[in-house]
Amino acid sequence: MDNKLEIQNFSFYYGQFQALINLNLPIRRNQITALIGPSGCGKSTFLRALNRMNDTIKGARAEGQVLLDGKNIYDPDVDVVQLRQRVGMVFQRPNPFPQSIYNNVAYGPRVLGLAGGNGRLDEIVEQSLRDAALWEDVKDRLEGPAQALNPGQQQRLCIARTIAVKPEVVLMDEPCSALDPVATLKIEELMQQLAADYTIVIVTHSMEQAARASHWTGFFWLGELVEYGRTPDLFTNPEKELTEAYITGRQG
Amino acid sequence: MATYEEIEQTREDTAVSPTPRRRNGRELIIEGLILASGVSVIIIITLIFLFLLKEGLPAFTSQPISTFWGRRWYPIEETYGLLPLLAGSLLVTVGAVVIAVPLGLTTAVYLGEFAPDWLREILKPLIEVLAGIPSIVLGFLGWVALAPLIQNMGAPTGLTAFTGSLILAYMALPTIISITEDALYAVPKEYRDGSLAIGATHWQTVWRVVLPAARSGIVIAIMLGVGRAIGETMAVMLVTGNAANIPELGLGMMFQPIRTMTATIAAEMGEVAQGSTHYSVLFAIGIVLFIITFLVNSLATRLIGGRPKQRGAQL
Repeated sequence: MDNKLEIQNFSFYYGQFQALINLNLPIRRNQITALIGPSGCGKSTFLRALNRMNDTIKGARAEGQVLLDGKNIYDPDVDVVQLRQRVGMVFQRPNPFPQSIYNNVAYGPRVLGLAGGNGRLDEIVEQSLRDAALWEDVKDRLEGPAQALNPGQQQRLCIARTIAVKPEVVLMDEPCSALDPVATLKIEELMQQLAADYTIVIVTHSMEQAARASHWTGFFWLGELVEYGRTPDLFTNPEKELTEAYITGRQG
Repeated sequence: MATYEEIEQTREDTAVSPTPRRRNGRELIIEGLILASGVSVIIIITLIFLFLLKEGLPAFTSQPISTFWGRRWYPIEETYGLLPLLAGSLLVTVGAVVIAVPLGLTTAVYLGEFAPDWLREILKPLIEVLAGIPSIVLGFLGWVALAPLIQNMGAPTGLTAFTGSLILAYMALPTIISITEDALYAVPKEYRDGSLAIGATHWQTVWRVVLPAARSGIVIAIMLGVGRAIGETMAVMLVTGNAANIPELGLGMMFQPIRTMTATIAAEMGEVAQGSTHYSVLFAIGIVLFIITFLVNSLATRLIGGRPKQRGAQL
C-alpha cells in the first residue's frame, strides 16, 4: 500500500500539556482517512499538525516525524509556506474571504503566481469551481460577494479555493459541522470525486459520516491513537473494547 | 456603529417585549434618561448650527458673494477674499494626510501583525500617550525645534505650510495607528488561517486578506485622525507663519507661510466689533468649515459603503 504521509512517534505539546502522545499511522495516497473521537481527544490538533497550522500558536511544540513522501515536514529546512501549498486545509466554519467569489478562488493562484495571464486564471477558477461542484450555482455571479452564498455553498467555495492551488493532500476539519444534511451529503459526494486526485484526511464528529465517506479510520482517545484500520473493519469488527464502546455510543 | 434603522428596530423589539407588565417605574425612568441624553445632543448640535447661521449669514447678504472668491484677505480694507485661507487650510491638511496616512497605516500593520509581543507592549502605551499631548505643546515644539530646522534646510522661513503639516500629521498619527490596529485585530482569525493554509506568506495574508477585510475600520481611523487635524487651530497658528497669501503653485508651495481658516477665526475674533461685517465674515468662515467637514464625513460614509452588517470586520 502506498503511503502519502507517514506519521512516526509523533507527539505534540501546548506548553506543558501533551496533546498528542506517540502517534504512529500511515495516511494512504488517494484515499479518504477519517479521524474520529470525542471532543478534546486531539484529532483536530493532529490534523493541524499535518500542515503545521499549529505553528501560529505560542508555546506549541512537536516531537517525532511526519513524513510527506518520505520527507519530514518538521525538518528545519522545510519551507512552511511551500508545505501548506502541498497540504491544503478546509476549516470547520466556512471562511470565505469578504471578497468576490472569483477573487476567493483566484486568491491562491495569484499569491503563488500559478497563472501566467488572466485567461489562464479564468480557466483555473472555472475548473476549481467545477471540481468543487459549485460552478453551476455561481457561474452567473462570479463577481458577487462570497458571503452572500449559503453555508453549504460557502464550504464548497472554500474547497474550490483550496484545490485551486493543486495541493497533494487536503485536510478537512469537521467541514460539515456547520451544514445541514443536504449540504453535508453534497460535500461527502464531492470528497469521493476528489479522492481520485487528492489524498484526503477528514476530522469528523459524526461516526455515520466516517463510516459512509472514508476508506480508513483512526480512532483517537485522550491524545492517543487507539485503533486504526479499514473503515468497514473498524466499524463492524473493532479490535479494542474502547473503540467498540465509542462507536456503539456507550462511551464518549 | 448602529444605523438609525437598527436603532428603530431595537426600539420596536423592546416595545413588544413578552412581559409588558414587568415594565415598572424604574425601567421607564432609565429609558427616559437615555432618551433625554440622546435628544439633548441633537438639540445642542442644532442650536450650534443655528447660531452659526444667524451670525454668519449677514456676511453673504451685506456684500456680493463674489467678494469671497477674491484672492486677497484684507479685513481693514473690507476685502474678504477667502481663497488664500481655503488654499492654506487645504495645503496644510493635504500635507498632513500625505504624511500621516502611510506612516500611520504601516506602523499599525507592524504593531498589529509583525511586532514581537514585548515591543508591542512598550509601543502601544507610548503611542496612546502621544494622543494625550496638548496640541499647544506640539505647536510650541514645532516653533522652537522644527521651524529652525526647516529654515536651515533652505526655506525662506521656518514657519511654513510644511511645518504645519508635520505637526498636524504628528497629532493625527496616534488616532490612526490605534484605531487601525483595533480594526486589524477585529479581522476574524479564520480569514488568516484560510489564507495561510493555501500557502500564502504572512505578508501576502496581511496585504490581500486582512487589510481589505479591515477596510471600513481603517477608513474610520483615517477620518478620525484627519478630523482631529482639520479642526486643529492653535498649533497650526504657531507654526504656519499666518500670512494670508495664496502660495505660488509648484514644488516650493509647501515651503511658504500660509494661514488657515481656523487660525484666522482664532486670531481675529478677539479684535472685531460685534455685529460688524468682519465679525459676520468670520462666522461665515465657520459655516464654510462646517460644510467642508460635512462633505468629508459623507464621503467617508460612502467609502465605507453599505450597512454595518454587510461589512467584513467592524470595530
